[in-house]
Amino acid sequence: MSSIMQEVSDRALRLSVPLSVQLDLTYRCNEQCVHCYLDHDDHGEMTTVEIKHLLKEMAEAGVFILTLSGGEIFMRKDFFEILEYARSLTFCIKLKTNAVLIREAQAARLRDLGVESIQISIYSHRPEVHDAITKVPGSLRRSINAIRFLRAQGLKVVVANVLMTENMQDYHGVRALAEEIDANYTLDPTITPKMDGDRSIVDLNAGESALQRLFRDEAFVGNAEEFCAPPPAPDEDSMNALPCSAGHTACYVSPYGEFYPCVQFPLSCGNVRQQPFIDIWRNSEQLKEVRSIRLRNLSSCSQCAHGSTCTRCPGLAFMEGNMRGPSTADCEKSFARTGIPSANLLQKKGNASTPRLVQIQIVPSIRGARLSDVDVSARAVAS
Amino acid sequence: MNKKLYVARSPRIAARMLGEEMLVMSGQGSTLFTLNPTATILWQAADGATPLDEIVERRICSEFEVKPEEALRDAEALAEDLAKHGILLISDQPISERPIASPDVPAQEQPREQRR
Repeated sequence: MSSIMQEVSDRALRLSVPLSVQLDLTYRCNEQCVHCYLDHDDHGEMTTVEIKHLLKEMAEAGVFILTLSGGEIFMRKDFFEILEYARSLTFCIKLKTNAVLIREAQAARLRDLGVESIQISIYSHRPEVHDAITKVPGSLRRSINAIRFLRAQGLKVVVANVLMTENMQDYHGVRALAEEIDANYTLDPTITPKMDGDRSIVDLNAGESALQRLFRDEAFVGNAEEFCAPPPAPDEDSMNALPCSAGHTACYVSPYGEFYPCVQFPLSCGNVRQQPFIDIWRNSEQLKEVRSIRLRNLSSCSQCAHGSTCTRCPGLAFMEGNMRGPSTADCEKSFARTGIPSANLLQKKGNASTPRLVQIQIVPSIRGARLSDVDVSARAVAS
Repeated sequence: MNKKLYVARSPRIAARMLGEEMLVMSGQGSTLFTLNPTATILWQAADGATPLDEIVERRICSEFEVKPEEALRDAEALAEDLAKHGILLISDQPISERPIASPDVPAQEQPREQRR
């Protein structure tokens, strides 16, 4: 995070301002990705009027960065009406889309409306792999065409490369593709459970050896020895640090008006159809509970060697059953990176009923750095 | 007689008040700026129709103890700087392109003491 963005986030935290919101406009989608965590049926989306009312409330609450996502945002026939209204309220708009429905005209309109960036999911540079994940023949070609239209308008495009078993071999190819079409690149090796709690898709997560290769790939992580170094012992600051921005300066609203701390944290804090946005933000008991979480009072994680560097996701922990518990996906990433098992993994290792973790072993001579999703700018790398 | 300068908020930026400062995200390179109270006043008044010297006289000199010539010089430099980053449009003619709305300053967050 840039220093000015950090300063702004710190100030928003002091002022209790929801600086950043993700609003999913729909869960409907024109792709059917194998790893998707959503139910694509429409169970009663907010109307155009309801969304405009919500946007007004968000602007008054101080929301600055508004991410419009889905589902596929262009499935809403009123998408541009919503976007135009949001821009009239001077939000900084980021879009997440598969871009299949973006042509020259849509790209030009996005430019005219002053959209800050468009994040587009690309799973592989090979059509047979990408299209098998989206289950839509021709989808890679259409998404790449859209990126070219958007770049021709001077818009910032981020290629989001979610990694799973199906495409784990292709991230070099996707990054090269991003460079070729002058887009930024970001990589995320985490598949999350479905929002209804179904964990079947979690099995698509890349295995330990694949993560180990990724975390030692210096083209992506820089100095692998530093990136994979053992973590320093947790100090007082890390014991008191906030886990992430969810519920502190950021939140999420579903197409049905449900208010969550984060898209990855399906703890309902209220519904904007029944209660003003700012009332939920200020008064929700659930949000107060989320805001009270500190490493020092997490029973397992406060004893863990990775405490100072872990990117434990409270939402994933919540989906495992306890927002104050460990997030096993993050434990596994910490282990793949450093070879040091987390307190949670050690505990599970002793439990014979945990078959997924039988392969735990200490990888010698690996020293720690901060674990985070690998986030590399293709243009920065190119330069 | 000096030429009049007109300034307008760029329609492609995003903006929000956070406490006493205005956050502005310029579309050029996705750069984030924070404007101090003086720059915020100038930016909010930049409607494309009011000449800069009138903005300075009405909005800056009335708020701060500063000589009009000095304030105008500073405002011109500030406007040029903001224009370089794509935050303001500057012209020697009134600017017809509709500027983006200026976020209101919530009443409870009005700065109690202005500073330069």
